[in-house]
Amino acid sequence: MLELVEQLRAGNRRALARLLSYIQDEHPEARAALAELYPFTGRAHRIGVTGSPGAGKSSLVNSLAHAYRARGRTVGIIAVDPTSPFSGGAVLGDRIRMRDLAGDRGVFIRSMATRGSLGGLARTTGDAVHALDAAGFDVILIETVGAGQSEVDIAREAHTTLVVEAPGLGDDVQAIKAGILEIADILVVNKADRPDAQNTVRALKAMLDLGRSQAGRAWHHGRLLDQSETPLHAEPDGEGWQPPIIESVATAGTGIDDLLAAIDAHRDYLQRSGSLARWERVHIEADLAARLQQALLADFVRAVGPATLRTTIDRLARRELAPSAAVDQLLDRTNHQAH
Amino acid sequence: MPERKLRVLVAKPGLDGHDRGAKVIARALRDAGMEVIYTGLRQTPEMIVEAALQEDVDLIGLSILSGAHMALAPRILELLRENDLAEVRVIIGGIIPEEDIAALKAMGIAGVYGPGSSTADIIADIHRMVGAAAE
Ligand SMILES: Nc1nc2c(ncn2[C@@H]2O[C@H](COP(=O)(O)OP(=O)(O)OP(=O)(O)O)[C@@H](O)[C@H]2O)c(=O)[nH]1
Ligand SMILES: [Mg+2]
Repeated sequence: MLELVEQLRAGNRRALARLLSYIQDEHPEARAALAELYPFTGRAHRIGVTGSPGAGKSSLVNSLAHAYRARGRTVGIIAVDPTSPFSGGAVLGDRIRMRDLAGDRGVFIRSMATRGSLGGLARTTGDAVHALDAAGFDVILIETVGAGQSEVDIAREAHTTLVVEAPGLGDDVQAIKAGILEIADILVVNKADRPDAQNTVRALKAMLDLGRSQAGRAWHHGRLLDQSETPLHAEPDGEGWQPPIIESVATAGTGIDDLLAAIDAHRDYLQRSGSLARWERVHIEADLAARLQQALLADFVRAVGPATLRTTIDRLARRELAPSAAVDQLLDRTNHQAH
Repeated sequence: MPERKLRVLVAKPGLDGHDRGAKVIARALRDAGMEVIYTGLRQTPEMIVEAALQEDVDLIGLSILSGAHMALAPRILELLRENDLAEVRVIIGGIIPEEDIAALKAMGIAGVYGPGSSTADIIADIHRMVGAAAE
């Protein structure tokens, strides 16, 4: 076993921190360590926290972590913030709201920059979650970038996805894009201490009712196999999960017990309905698809070589060749080389 | 291509009120391509070192206006050593009397920056201090 892996499994927090850096830097050491750690993953309950900027995600993560600690569960936290496209740097500020958790060795918080990936998470967030899982944390809270519409990647990484909204974030209904509602297992209206909170609750209820008339929530990401057609959240008998709306005041801890109860209910539902096993397969399939895509493309580019790619791009730019024909030609070429 | 990014913790220990200076430096470091973990006001030395450990940072930037630097700096350095984090560089920005600067440097603070310091100089210094680690 790698020393880093041994240390991490023995509870060494520094080893975990170091591995998380290797993971984010896509250092070769990360690959080897994650391969050894994989058998130890799959235990933690992964909870995603997404929603509009400033809705109170970090504050909610803080109070949720507190509540889990009070129940004796250990908590790993990954908080993702965007990388600046101009400089490649980032200011990661989610820890500001998590100061209550300082000094508790049952909590480990790690900030991650997106490093150019869209969708609300970093490309390596999944691997970082694996590392926390293998390190033995019971609950893993994943806070996405607050973008309000496109951060649907979290549904692939979390067993239970919380979508957090708050009153007064501009146009309430506009802020809540259809895509984000689709991934919500639980809706949280935070800042319920604000007078206009009930408007947000009403708007969400109305949107949920609309959504319910549509068929079960399908899964579009990273499909490899046609046979896994059963929608992720619909039970065979048609009795799926109905996302509840929970009101909270994250900064005061109000509503957190209700939220924890809803999360527990969702986990029970996942287990009872067989959705958990299905989630696991879909998650693994999507992950495999993403890895295959990346590896095959890198392989392919290497096999074709830069000269051919350049001339192909030239011909595309001159409109001598259509993109679909270019793909056929390139594939043909490598197939011939292989035989 | 994957690359090693410099990670810096910017913290504001002590009880004094505002963090304008800390925010300015956090943004300047971001604009220089670094990943800055910003922890906000009223951080104890224990909180700072714990965050540095979890975030695996290369450098800690402390903003100290309270005059408590001669108490805070040695405590943070001590905690870093206790946690096997002695290689993490520590710099201080704030109002530091001339006569304390030599003492801070002697105890292991890698750089001290007064109110007139240019962010460009600080960034160049950081690259010199931890740049080798980024290779
Ligand atoms: N009144 C009120 N304010 C809150 C509540 N929860 C959070 N806040 C405040 O809302 C602001 C944003 O909170 P965060 O927890 O940082 O929100 P966030 O969604 O993590 O923000 P980003 O990560 O920047 O998208 C802070 O000033 C919080 O103190 C709440 O329940 N009620
Ligand atoms: Mg946040």
